[in-house]
Amino acid sequence: MSIQVKFFASLREKIGLSETTIDTATTAIDVWNISTKQTELPVNLLVAINLEYAQLDSPVEQGDEVAFFPPVTGG
Amino acid sequence: MSIRIAETPFDPWQEIPHHQRQSALDNQFGATATFVGTMRDFNDDAGVSGMLLEHYPEMTQRYLENLEQQAKQRWGLLDSLIIHRIGQINPADPIVLIACWSAHRRAALDACNWIIEELKHHAPFWKKETRQDGERWVEKNTDGK
Repeated sequence: MSIQVKFFASLREKIGLSETTIDTATTAIDVWNISTKQTELPVNLLVAINLEYAQLDSPVEQGDEVAFFPPVTGG
Repeated sequence: MSIRIAETPFDPWQEIPHHQRQSALDNQFGATATFVGTMRDFNDDAGVSGMLLEHYPEMTQRYLENLEQQAKQRWGLLDSLIIHRIGQINPADPIVLIACWSAHRRAALDACNWIIEELKHHAPFWKKETRQDGERWVEKNTDGK
């Protein structure tokens, strides 16, 4: 088991990565720090865990999908 | 209730009667409220010649399904339809269609307004504009006024 990490839109371009996996983490911010090698947190960063909006201090578990993205601009 | 993520242009004024014919609405509805969002050729006082729309497919589907369910429960909608474009979009192309059917007008109008506002604020779509000075990601939506 592992944690799947996804990046979207401007964040994907900034990080230079659309998807990766990490072995373990306890919170979403841990996931960010491990998967981006401690890249500074962008302003207005949004996070989703298993397709639902979450907070940076939300807990994560093995098998979770964690996504990071900028403010949404659809519609 | 129906959701479609469209990779190619769509015509909202054909989609609405098409959905009505496919749906089990029969003759119960007395009101249809619609919102169509269309691509402008300007933003922040600069010309925009095209746009690339990206999304988070699994989360988008789940988020929009949840919106339709909530709207149905809150306003007693008889049916609803959401179509949203992704991919390359040109000025004047429709980007989004929301249609709500109900027995009376207030429910359809209020639900349609609520769905588009929730979608604009939370559905995981992102726009990248092509402008005269290059490409840039849209940082936030307007407040709609």
